[in-house]
Amino acid sequence: MKIVEDSPPILTALDRPNSYIGRSVPRPNMARLMQGRAQYVSDVVLPRMAHVAFVRSPHAHARIESIDAAAARKAPGVIAVVTGPELAKVITPWVGVLTHLKGLKSAPQNAIAVDRACWAGEAVCAVVARSRAEAEDGCGLVEVEYEELQAVTDPETALDPKTPVIHPSIADNLCFERVHTAGDPDKGFAEADAVVETTFLFGRHTGVCNEPRAIVADWNPGDARLTVYQGTQAPHMMQNLFAKHLNLEEHQIRVVTKDVGGSFGIKVHTYADEMATVALSKLLKRPVKFVADRIESFVTDIHARDHRVKAKIGVKSDGTITAWEIDDLTGIGPYSVYPRTSGIEANQVVNLTGGPYTCGNYRARARVVFQNKNVMCQYRAVGHPIATAVTEGLIELAAAKIGMDPLEIRRRNLIADDAHPSQGPSGIKFEALSHHSSLAHLDSMMNYAGLRAEQEKLRKQGIYRGIGFASFVEVTNPSAAFYGVGGARISAQDGATVRLDGTGAIFCHTGVSEQGQGAEAVIAQCVATSFGVSMDRVRVIMGDTDNTPYGGGTWASRAAGIGGEAAWQAGKALRANVLAVAGSILQAKPETMDIRNGIVVDAATGAERIGLDEVARIAYFRPDTLPSGIQAELVATRHYVPRAWAFAFTNGIQASYLEVDTDSGFVKLLKHWCVEDCGTVINPQLVDEQVRGGVVQGIGAALFEHCLYDDRGQLLNGNMADYLVPMAVEMPDIEVGHVVTPTADSELGAKGAGEAGTAGAPGCVMNAINDALRPLGAAPLTDMPFTPDKILRALKRV
Amino acid sequence: MSEHRCDITLTVNGETVAETVDARKTLVDFLRDDLILTGSHVGCEHGVCGACTVRVDGDVVRGCLMLAAQCNGARVETIEGVSDGGEIADLQTAFEQRNALQCGFCTPGMLLTAQELLASGQVPSREKIREQISGNYCRCTGYHAIVDAIESVAQARAGHKP
Amino acid sequence: MKPSPFAYAKAKSLDHAIELLARPDGEARLLAGGQSLIATLNLRLSAPKLLIDLNGIGGLAGIAVKNDMVEIGAMTRHAEAERSADIARHAPLIALALPHIGHAAIRNRGTLGGSIAFADPAAELPACLLALGGEIDIVGPTGKRTVQADDFFKGLFETALGPRDVLTAIRLPAAANDTRVGFAEFSRRHGDYAMVGLAACAQVDGKGLGDVRLAYFGVGNVPLRAKKAETRLTEGSIDDAVKALASDLDPSGDVQATGATKLHLAGVLLRRVATQLMEVRS
Ligand SMILES: Cc1cc2nc3c(=O)[nH]c(=O)nc-3n(C[C@H](O)[C@H](O)[C@H](O)COP(=O)(O)OP(=O)(O)OC[C@H]3O[C@@H](n4cnc5c(N)ncnc54)[C@H](O)[C@@H]3O)c2cc1C
Ligand code: FES
Ligand code: FES
Repeated sequence: MKIVEDSPPILTALDRPNSYIGRSVPRPNMARLMQGRAQYVSDVVLPRMAHVAFVRSPHAHARIESIDAAAARKAPGVIAVVTGPELAKVITPWVGVLTHLKGLKSAPQNAIAVDRACWAGEAVCAVVARSRAEAEDGCGLVEVEYEELQAVTDPETALDPKTPVIHPSIADNLCFERVHTAGDPDKGFAEADAVVETTFLFGRHTGVCNEPRAIVADWNPGDARLTVYQGTQAPHMMQNLFAKHLNLEEHQIRVVTKDVGGSFGIKVHTYADEMATVALSKLLKRPVKFVADRIESFVTDIHARDHRVKAKIGVKSDGTITAWEIDDLTGIGPYSVYPRTSGIEANQVVNLTGGPYTCGNYRARARVVFQNKNVMCQYRAVGHPIATAVTEGLIELAAAKIGMDPLEIRRRNLIADDAHPSQGPSGIKFEALSHHSSLAHLDSMMNYAGLRAEQEKLRKQGIYRGIGFASFVEVTNPSAAFYGVGGARISAQDGATVRLDGTGAIFCHTGVSEQGQGAEAVIAQCVATSFGVSMDRVRVIMGDTDNTPYGGGTWASRAAGIGGEAAWQAGKALRANVLAVAGSILQAKPETMDIRNGIVVDAATGAERIGLDEVARIAYFRPDTLPSGIQAELVATRHYVPRAWAFAFTNGIQASYLEVDTDSGFVKLLKHWCVEDCGTVINPQLVDEQVRGGVVQGIGAALFEHCLYDDRGQLLNGNMADYLVPMAVEMPDIEVGHVVTPTADSELGAKGAGEAGTAGAPGCVMNAINDALRPLGAAPLTDMPFTPDKILRALKRV
Repeated sequence: MSEHRCDITLTVNGETVAETVDARKTLVDFLRDDLILTGSHVGCEHGVCGACTVRVDGDVVRGCLMLAAQCNGARVETIEGVSDGGEIADLQTAFEQRNALQCGFCTPGMLLTAQELLASGQVPSREKIREQISGNYCRCTGYHAIVDAIESVAQARAGHKP
Repeated sequence: MKPSPFAYAKAKSLDHAIELLARPDGEARLLAGGQSLIATLNLRLSAPKLLIDLNGIGGLAGIAVKNDMVEIGAMTRHAEAERSADIARHAPLIALALPHIGHAAIRNRGTLGGSIAFADPAAELPACLLALGGEIDIVGPTGKRTVQADDFFKGLFETALGPRDVLTAIRLPAAANDTRVGFAEFSRRHGDYAMVGLAACAQVDGKGLGDVRLAYFGVGNVPLRAKKAETRLTEGSIDDAVKALASDLDPSGDVQATGATKLHLAGVLLRRVATQLMEVRS
């Protein structure tokens, strides 16, 4: 059998008897998913439920002159036709700004466009009907008259005085600008023996979750409560936003998140059509369901990347990097997305560029401009793939220029493993990283020397293979510094409540949520270990704002590091509570006892004293037999938020080995490696699979995925036949290795791992392609995705 | 006779079902909306993602590219039936052990598609496995674990020792 | 998206299908494998009033070899042809092409007749039929007729089929001992429609190739013969044949590649396929 663990269990200070920390235990929720018994939002059916479909603007920018819904209202099955002005009476508009991104501005966005559509795909009218098919029939009968307006579609000219301003209410098309200088970049460049300057382009792409966005909103006027079934990554955040914009109290709203068919940052934002669905339920006093179809997903799910980065590096001939400079320009949609804003990705590019390296001479500018295209916002690994590809691309181009091996130049510049705490060129703070051990591990794991020899040999036969690398840092476990300080009500802390049931099993209610990453398993592993029961005695409750502690949810690689620590601490607290009761039953000192495998034991000898089922029985059914004054407290809650560090940075390095068919420009990926350090590894298999999935999303960006717009703002390939997602045949096997540097901020020491793969893969594949083509004198490729077309042009074959 | 509503009688997971359906209703929507068999998923409705994969008369097909009306007299099997019958229990165990699913949205289609290849009794190469699942989109796993799981089952079924 | 409303009728016979096609109240469409048609309905790219299902008609599927011709019934599924020993032996070009069509589940439903009738310019089978000099059987309101592949593909998604015609079978010359075939395509991902593809057939004649037929797909509105390149290849020069493509083909660009790239790739394919044609058969 090929089923092997890629990494041996890693022993840590967290070893309790029967510890699950560091073990690849299978996730408890998989059987349900494999048997077709999951419940995704798209599966939810409620009594009296109606379906909504939206009429969407065919124009990138247009004034809505009139809407004639008479025919649609009469169509079979149609319950209501609702326009923007009508819905605006129920739901208020929002503005996606954060105060800590200074100067960031945006315009109010409505659930349904009120007088102007600002991108092709924006909803201009809703049709509610008995079935989705009938709602679509109704949409076909709505007649909208538009006056087409000039569309702003080129970021390069968005700020020109000649270009129309998209929102008359704000002065120009500039959403956000950040300028940052550190050290002395001019001096650095002057000292360089070689300077490499180039422009990197990152195509717009999107998340393409296998399950499209879906929501069922159920306003019950009898209870004056709104229940929303939503495939969201952040239930409490959505609870707050629904309350705020529907003029309700938060406690009137329950957000329920069951199974989610993939998220990757797509399902953590406020979508106009989802807000409209909730408002329609309030208006119509009945459940309303919206499931985005794939075509509308392409024009409404947030897009990401779409950056143009002019970049420059200076190096000495001994490989020392002397300075960096970047100028990033990104064209977002017509609105900054609420509530996380569309300035974060550019901000992260400034933060992260040069991050793994010691050179602190750095000049950066990033500008974010409005466009009449679909909105852009945070998608898996926000900013990382861009910063990493720019940094690592520059380094390999510089290495080639001075004739140095690409691993050697990294060895000479990566922050030393023993130099921490340290900081990156932008001032980001690192608690502890392991760049050099990771590089050494990768070097031996991939047999670098052997591959170079093979590459050399094959070149003589006209076969062009390339090896590329990318070192990276990843932001995980964000504190309030990410959003909270900017005024967004997005919880940075997370909580866990652990409760003993009547048979000695436990329930753990957590604020983090599951979209397949394995959060449920990780929480169960943490609480089972710290409390002292086997995992099959733990039931994890998540994704329900009525029944979980207030929390942030699952994004920015926070679930394991933050939610896991809260669960760990809550398990410990409950253990203490249970031992207090057991102590009074047994007339023993609680400190002398422990809970192991569901039994209270003598800590020193391991001798069994009393089963948890018996403790529960006495506490719940015969409390009269406990000594007077003893009240059993068999529920414990703990919260956690990182305090010492704004972010727990992780690090790692990837390598790609590939072959370019120089006749056709096709790239064949032969193998991919990733070594990463996410601190304490709670479940090695889950980390490995996060990395693998992330790598493939990064490969998608490097080779395939691109939202192609024409200059009128029309998306040309908004379907799954033309927008190319990575499929099985073209993807390589991916080897994953680990180095472990725990964070001291938490007892668990776990950092996040969800985005490392996506952060490094695009730059790494780019470097491998350029490595393959270097002997042929091809101009370096820096324009993602690297299609056969572009490769052939670089080779001057077309 | 041509109809906007069609009477159909078919077996679904071995049970006889008689329903009247809209002519325009696809098989996967019929299974999901009318029979509440929600294990078959809808990811694109244009034949590319494979989330809607079901078996009709023994062959895997796209549930979004067949009409329910076409299934009069057919034998339809979905992930629910194939799971309950135990036919793919070993494959499901391998998926679980190998963490070959994350969100699980692609998984029912992936399992049925893999089973079609495995049913041939051969031990396919990793390339052949990747080819067989080339029409099943998975955004989460990166495919490696899925290929591992299918490969391990092929070997186990052929009597190879792990 | 869900399809617009339509009525559904299961044709009991060919005549019944043709009769149903004649309904006056609007557009009727034949439903074969549905792998293209239902996708376009789901996208509301077309909204016929009636679908006429060919799946219940007896005698429309099957593969037979007679009089040195391979006859393939219109409703023969791609998967069935892929498994057929007759196809492997007598129609090796088709056998080479089939695995490139979509994916297993698509091939389980899609039909050869549907692929030819739909005539997607980037599809494999229309080009194969053209390369082989095959012919197409059509039954319409006025009876039966046969059209040569060279005359069948008229324009973008436009064929010699009239609005009331049914394609019933395709026929192609069975491969002889001296027949050589070659096939290659470039698609971005396995199973995607091709960016550019080439299906070729030739007869070995002495030491060279005779009767070379090169049919490209993905480079125009219809599958295209590269006639000048055919001549050059017959004359024995691959280089000249590749050069001749510039006058044979004038591909326009699409979301995957520019016209220039497509033309370049057509040349790369020609070198690869020419090598296949010249391989000595064991
Ligand atoms: C994801 C995906 C990938 C695909 N990849 C490829 C590929 O790489 N290469 C490729 O060639 N195809 C590909 N296809 C298309 C597939 O091969 C189709 O099955 C084929 O093109 C049409 O055959 P069908 O039997 O499904 O026809 P249908 O979809 O039923 O019909 C197509 C059209 O032909 C007409 N028609 C069908 N049969 C007849 C007949 N007997 N007489 C007259 N008119 C008729 C119909 O009225 C309709 O207009 C792909 C499809 C999908 C969904
Ligand atoms: S839903 Fe059928 S293939 Fe995507
Ligand atoms: S597991 Fe999420 S799509 Fe495959």
